[in-house]
Amino acid sequence: MKEFFAEIRGAVMSTLILAVVCCGLYPLVVFGIAQALFHDRANGSLIVDPSGTLRGSRLLGQQFTADKYFHSRPSAAGNGYDPTSSGGSNFGPTSQKLHDSIAQNIADYRAQNGLATNAPVPADAVTASGSGLDPHISVRNAELQAPRVARARGLSVEKVLELVRSNTEGPDLGFLGEPGVNVLTLNLALDSLNAK
Amino acid sequence: MHSIDWLQLSVFVGVLALITKPMGLYLVRVLDARGKTWLDPVLKPLERLTYWAMGVKPDQEQGWKQYTFAMLLFSLVSCLFTYAILRFQHLLPLNPQGFGPVSPDLAFNTAVSFVTNTNWQSYGGESTMSYLSQMVALVIHNFTSAATGIALAAALVRGIARHTAQTIGNFWVDLVRITYYLLLPICLVVAVFLVSQGMIQNFKPYTKAKLTEPYTIQVPKTDDKGQPVTTNVAVLVQAPKLDEKGQPVMTNGVAMMVDVPKLDEKGQPAMTNVPVMVDQKVEEQAIAQGPVASQIAIKMLGTNGGGFFNANASHPFENPTPLSNFIQMLSIFTIGSGLTYYLGRMTKNQAHGWSVWSAMMLLFLGGVLLCWWAESRGNPIHQQLGVAVADGNMEGKEVRFGIFNSALFATVTTDASCGAVNSMHDSFTALGGFVPLFNMQLGEIIIGGVGAGLYGMLVFVVLAVFIAGLMVGRTPEYLGKKIQSYEVKMAMLALLVLALSILGFAAWASVSQWGLAGLNNSGPHGLSEILYAFSSANGNNGSAFAGLNANTPWYNTTIGLAMLIGRFLMIVPIMAMAGSLAQKKIVPLSAGTFPVSGFTFVLLLLGTVLLVGALNFLPCLTLGPIVEHFQTLLGKLY
Repeated sequence: MKEFFAEIRGAVMSTLILAVVCCGLYPLVVFGIAQALFHDRANGSLIVDPSGTLRGSRLLGQQFTADKYFHSRPSAAGNGYDPTSSGGSNFGPTSQKLHDSIAQNIADYRAQNGLATNAPVPADAVTASGSGLDPHISVRNAELQAPRVARARGLSVEKVLELVRSNTEGPDLGFLGEPGVNVLTLNLALDSLNAK
Repeated sequence: MHSIDWLQLSVFVGVLALITKPMGLYLVRVLDARGKTWLDPVLKPLERLTYWAMGVKPDQEQGWKQYTFAMLLFSLVSCLFTYAILRFQHLLPLNPQGFGPVSPDLAFNTAVSFVTNTNWQSYGGESTMSYLSQMVALVIHNFTSAATGIALAAALVRGIARHTAQTIGNFWVDLVRITYYLLLPICLVVAVFLVSQGMIQNFKPYTKAKLTEPYTIQVPKTDDKGQPVTTNVAVLVQAPKLDEKGQPVMTNGVAMMVDVPKLDEKGQPAMTNVPVMVDQKVEEQAIAQGPVASQIAIKMLGTNGGGFFNANASHPFENPTPLSNFIQMLSIFTIGSGLTYYLGRMTKNQAHGWSVWSAMMLLFLGGVLLCWWAESRGNPIHQQLGVAVADGNMEGKEVRFGIFNSALFATVTTDASCGAVNSMHDSFTALGGFVPLFNMQLGEIIIGGVGAGLYGMLVFVVLAVFIAGLMVGRTPEYLGKKIQSYEVKMAMLALLVLALSILGFAAWASVSQWGLAGLNNSGPHGLSEILYAFSSANGNNGSAFAGLNANTPWYNTTIGLAMLIGRFLMIVPIMAMAGSLAQKKIVPLSAGTFPVSGFTFVLLLLGTVLLVGALNFLPCLTLGPIVEHFQTLLGKLY
C-alpha cells in the first residue's frame, strides 16, 4: 500500500512539474526569443498601410469579387476567408455538391475572364483550399485574370503581369513547394499604383 | 509527377537517412539513466530536483508489471488533470475570447485523445479552447504521451537486449529524461525556426483587419434582447404540376414539380416558424492569434498532430511555407527513425536495425508513390467539367504545397501516428485517400508514432521470425532468444485488438442512426469516413476524413473508447512480451538460426505486415475507397 501511494505521488508531482516546465517555461522562452528576433512574423505578418490601418496578414487570403481585383480561390472557411473558422469543404471525389459547385465556379470563371466555353480552367481557381485561407493562387490562374484586371484599371497587361511576378512567392530554396501569387499583397500593390 | 518533385522526395529520404544515426546515438545516452549528454550542465540540476519532488530513486529499476503500472497511473492522473482544466476553462486565466466550459463528452474525448498520443480533434481550436487549455491541458500530453511511447519502446528493446534479467528500466526516469534531454531542446530550436518562417507566437487577442473589399452575408435577425426573430410561414412540399385537365405536365418524360403548401389532417395549411434573415455587411477580418509555434514544434516531433487551428497544418499560421512544411515532415520521422538505430545499437546487431529501417522505408515509398500518382492524375469527373488535367486534384490542398507535398505529408503523417494534415484527406481521390487509411490500418509501423512505431513493428518482427521458424521446422529464435508460445500469443493479442476494435466500432457506426447522422458524404465515401475515423482513433493517429461531424456525444464516446483500446490494450501484451524476453537465456547462434538482417529478412517482414493488413482490412476497403475508385471512373455521383 505504501508503495502504491509512492507511485501516486510520482504521478501527481511529475504531472505538475512537467506542466510548469513544458507548458509554462518552454512557451515563454520561445515567446521571448520569437518576439526579440522575429517580431513582425511572431505577431502574424500584419500589413499596415501608410495611414496606419491594418489591412490583413501577408499569410492569410481575403475574398475579392470586383473586376479590378485578382480573385482568391473559393473558400470553405466560415462565410469565406474567416480565420476564426478555418477548414476545407471536405467533399469527397464522388460528391454531387462538389461537382455542382465546381461546375458553377468554372462557368463563372470563364465568363469573368472572357475564356472560351471549352477552355480548361486552372484547378486552384475552382476548388476550395484546405485551410480556406490560402493566400495564393497559381501563376497560370493569375495570368488568366490579368487582362480583366488591366482593363478594369486602365493599365497595360504587361504592367499588371509585372506586379504579378513581383508578388509571386516560392518555391523555397528553389525547389521546395510550388510558386504562388499572393493575392492580397498583389491587390494592395495595384491599389497603391492607381492611387499615385 | 514532375522531376522537381522527385528531387524533393530524394532530399527528404536522404536527409532522414543522414540524421538517423546521430539521433540513434543520442537516444542511447538519453535512455541510459547514467548516460552523459552535453546538456548535463544545464539540465542535470533540474532532473535531480524533479526526482526529489517525485520521490523517485533513479537507480532503482522496475519489472515489467511495475513499469506498466507506473505508466498507466501516470496516464490516468494526467488525463484527469486535462479533463479538469477543459471543464473549468471559463474560470481560469488566459481566456481572452471568453470561451465557456467544454462539454463533458467533448472534454472526455479530448483528454483521452491527448493522453493516448492520438490528438483527434472533435473541436475547432480557435473557436473552443482558451489559450490556457491549449498551452497547458493539451500541450502537456504532447510532451508526456510522446515520452511515454519512447519509454515503452526503450523498455521493449531492453527486454530484447538483456538476458536472465528481472527488470526493464524505470518508467519515471525514462519519462523525465526523454522530456528534458530529447524533446525540449529539439523543440526549442524547431519552434524558433518555425517562427522565422512566419508562424505566430504571441498571447494577443484576435486582431481585426479592415477588409479591402467588404461583403454582405445573411444572418438571423435578433431583437433587442438578443433573441432570434422568427416569422410564421406555410410549409411547402413538392408536387407534380397539373394542367387544366388534372394531368401531370411532363418535360422530356419527367414530371415537372412545383411547390405547394403542405396541408395538415384538417386540410389547413401547415405553418412553421423560420428565422427572419437580414443582410449584414462584413468589413473586418478577425485574425486568430496565439502561442502557436511552441505547440507545433512538439506536435510534430512527438507525432501528436493536434493542431492549434481547425485546419491544422494547412492553416498558413500553422505551416507558412514549403520550408516549414519540410521541417515539420522531417520532425515527424526523426525520433522514430533514430529508434531503429537505437534498436541495432542496443542489441549489438546494427544490421538488424537498418533492416527494420529499410522495410519501413520501402513501405513508405510505396505509399508515397501511389498517393502522389493518384492525386496528380486528378478526378476525371471534375476534369470533364473543364478543370485543367495537368493540375491534378486541388480540392482541399494549398497552392504553396501543391500536389506532391500534400501527398507526401499525408503519407508521412499516417505512416507515423502523427495525424497532422496539410491538406484535407476527405477530398483526396479514392486511391489517394486509400493510402493514409491503409497506412493506419497496418498499425502505423512505418517509422510510426514515436516509440509506438518501433514496438508495433517489433510485434511483426516476432511474427515474421515465428513464421520463418514454422517454414523450416525449427524453434524460432530472435536475437538469441527462443520465441515461444507466450510471445506469439502476446503478439497476436496486440494485433487482434487493433483489427477487432476498428472493424467492430466501424460496423456498429455504419448501421446506427448516430453513426450515419454525422456523414458529410454519402455512398462508399460515407463508409470511408466512418472507417477512417475508427482506424485513426485505434491507431492513435488523429487525422480525419474531416467531413464527418464527430462532435456528438455518441461519436465522442465511441471514438474515445477506441483510442483507449488502441493505446493501452495494445501496450499491455507488448510489455508482457518485453518482461518475458528479458528473463530468457541467450541461445548460441547455430546454422539453423534465421538471420534477422539482410534481404530475405526484409522481404519476410514486408510480407508479414502486408499479409496481416490485407487479410484484416481488404474486405472493408473494397466497399469503401476501392469501389469508389471505379465509380469515379464511371462518373457516378452521390
